[in-house]
Amino acid sequence: MSDTSQPRLALTDLSKTYDGSTPVLDGISLTVGAGEFFSIVGPSGAGKTTLLRCLTGLMRPTDGQVTLDGIPLSEPSPKMSLVFQEYTRSLMPWASIGKNVALPLRARGVPRAERTSRVAKVLAEVGLSGVEAKYPWQLSGGMQQRVAIARALVTEPEVLVMDEPFASVDAQTRMDLEDLTRRLQQDHRMTIVLVTHDIDEAVYLSDRIAVLSKNPARLVEVVDVPLGAERDQIHTREVSVFADLRGRILSTIRDVQAQPV
Amino acid sequence: MSLRSRVALGLVVPVAIVVSYALWSANAASPYFPPLDVILTRFRELWLFDLVASDVLPSLKNLGLGLLLAVIAGIPCGAILGRIRWMGEMFGPLLDFWRSVPPIMLIPPLVLILGIEDSAKVTIIAVGSFFPVCVATADGMRQADPTLVDAARAMRLGPLKTMVDIYLRAGSPAILGGIQIGLQAAFVLMVASEMLAAYRGIGYLTMQAQVTFDSVTMWAGTLLLALLGFTANAVFVAIRNRVLSWHTGMRVSRASS
Repeated sequence: MSDTSQPRLALTDLSKTYDGSTPVLDGISLTVGAGEFFSIVGPSGAGKTTLLRCLTGLMRPTDGQVTLDGIPLSEPSPKMSLVFQEYTRSLMPWASIGKNVALPLRARGVPRAERTSRVAKVLAEVGLSGVEAKYPWQLSGGMQQRVAIARALVTEPEVLVMDEPFASVDAQTRMDLEDLTRRLQQDHRMTIVLVTHDIDEAVYLSDRIAVLSKNPARLVEVVDVPLGAERDQIHTREVSVFADLRGRILSTIRDVQAQPV
Repeated sequence: MSLRSRVALGLVVPVAIVVSYALWSANAASPYFPPLDVILTRFRELWLFDLVASDVLPSLKNLGLGLLLAVIAGIPCGAILGRIRWMGEMFGPLLDFWRSVPPIMLIPPLVLILGIEDSAKVTIIAVGSFFPVCVATADGMRQADPTLVDAARAMRLGPLKTMVDIYLRAGSPAILGGIQIGLQAAFVLMVASEMLAAYRGIGYLTMQAQVTFDSVTMWAGTLLLALLGFTANAVFVAIRNRVLSWHTGMRVSRASS
């Protein structure tokens, strides 16, 4: 673990313009500390996915830079893993769950015996022991997203980046996956960056929340979430801090959306 | 519908044709349409199994070898054309041209250049079935989901592993379809090249029977070709269904959810 004075992830004046059109991201600067659960929220169409692609190294920003542990990121880092919204599209339908989860290890040339034991361990962690031989399409949506989370965790990343990971599952499954994510973050002392349009979810899970505006996306504010480390689906959502934050972020987003483009 | 009733229903028309022909030809006394039992007797005399080693196996060996070469060359070429944009743009028109030309057109020039030995036959079959495999592979490169490609990049899967584990697997339904078309082209080329330029083989013997008005031998050869073509395709479909069981399973599970 690096010391807390240096941010794990830092975005400096990040801008992205696709050829010739108006900018999508405009001068976004923010830092995420080691072990922090950090969410990025904003109105739909705010360029959250573009931001995520830039901060994971999948896409080069037009201006500015992303640093991971102080080192500029120009391509995906082995310290970082990604979970996508659409599990049906990010998992390989032709490969068993075991092979799907083992793929990042294969990419690193980890020997087969070690792959098998690490896959079994990480599947147990997400509550899916013994499904190695099944295929993704034989599992429910929530289980498939657990597989995607297991695949992201199998490399023991320092930073886990999640793009709307619970947007395609039902409400009950969503709560289970939220709590699973929170628990995994604490067990592994990971840094998590969650991109979501769901403000409740962001408040429930996060230590801090960045609020983006739209057209182009600028950083409006970064909100602290003083809800403590222990969160509970029923009680956390009932406390006044939760309701206040939720209302404050919602009105900020409504304000920026109301502004003329 | 159960498999058994589908098979039974599918057999109705072929069996009706064979029975009608047998009944009609028994008394027809036509020089073109000999009685079925005469054809079957000749079939047994020639093809079970006197001429198998000299005239069937070499032909099938040419077929298998030619198709294998087409697959070995066609998949990498298609992958390159499908993945590297300027290569695709450069060679696209040639592939489109080739698609619209009957593969047997290859036979006269290649026979002129290469002769009528087995190696020439293998070349004709390989060249003719290369194009469908190549075109289908190039098309198949587009089947990989961009999200999965992003996931592969994020986990730093190298270019070769991404090609093998993502692009080729995602494109495998298209690629196997291309190989099936390649197999059909290979079969046509095997028979046609033997009919036009050979000194042995099923196509040669059948064509020789035709030009010497030996209609019984001609029909026996035609029957063998039909059975071989049907069997080759059936074996291929069985293999394909096995390889693509994930694809079928995925579609069934998505349709029912």
